[in-house]
Amino acid sequence: MTPLGGYLLIAVLMFAIGLAGALVRRNAILVLIGIELMLNSANLNFIAFWRYGPHPEALTGMMFAIFSIAVAAAEAAVGLGLVIAIYRHTHTTEIDKINRMKG
Amino acid sequence: MTVVFYLIAALTVAGALAAVLLKNLVHCALAVTVAFGGLALLFLSLDAQFAGFVQILVYIGAVAILIVFAILLTRGSDVPKDGVFSPTWLTGVAIAAAVFAVIGWAVINSVNAIPQQAAVPHVTVHDIGIALVGPYVLPLEIVALLLTAATVGAVIVAMHEKGGSE
Repeated sequence: MTPLGGYLLIAVLMFAIGLAGALVRRNAILVLIGIELMLNSANLNFIAFWRYGPHPEALTGMMFAIFSIAVAAAEAAVGLGLVIAIYRHTHTTEIDKINRMKG
Repeated sequence: MTVVFYLIAALTVAGALAAVLLKNLVHCALAVTVAFGGLALLFLSLDAQFAGFVQILVYIGAVAILIVFAILLTRGSDVPKDGVFSPTWLTGVAIAAAVFAVIGWAVINSVNAIPQQAAVPHVTVHDIGIALVGPYVLPLEIVALLLTAATVGAVIVAMHEKGGSE
């Protein structure tokens, strides 16, 4: 196994764990945590390919990872704001109990 | 593949697994912080110092705190009586395992075909700053706009509704 392969496998494992968390858990905050884990594994892929790619001085993978971190932070703020707004309305954060479109 | 890599990888994966599996949401937030820290260490071991410290600042410093705030504001620290996993958890696990199998198979079969550079790239924060205001200035401005919109949007969404029914 080459070093790049090791990092890519860790990223795949993190992505699968995050996907399982987003699909399996009932709490909306845990779904957001799963999405954050998936975004992080994508960042690990960007950095690994930047490190072992043919032109690391071009900084492409590094830039993509930095912008991805910024977008993920914005997503986390809006997502958790939505969870708090829904909780104020329905007094629950469990997704399978939020099954009405009319408040 | 050194011992350090295996140790950091085990820490990261254990943190992620604990975040998904633990019942108490506060413990999940702590475990996901461990996973974020492990990922920052992986970035550092890949000679991406700037990305590693950005990961520590943004994820451990901001996102983890946001998650803890959201858990406490929604009283999520009480463990629900009827289980934390959805009734269709088997389907979710099967989908995740299938995704892992397909991508992992593709990685194992194709990674040796990619030409790999072993030399450590010499990239300083100075280079990254020049690149951010040079060729990447338009994405930088768009991200600035997005962060402003997200901040305003999060405040408006989470703000008290005036004259609401509750």
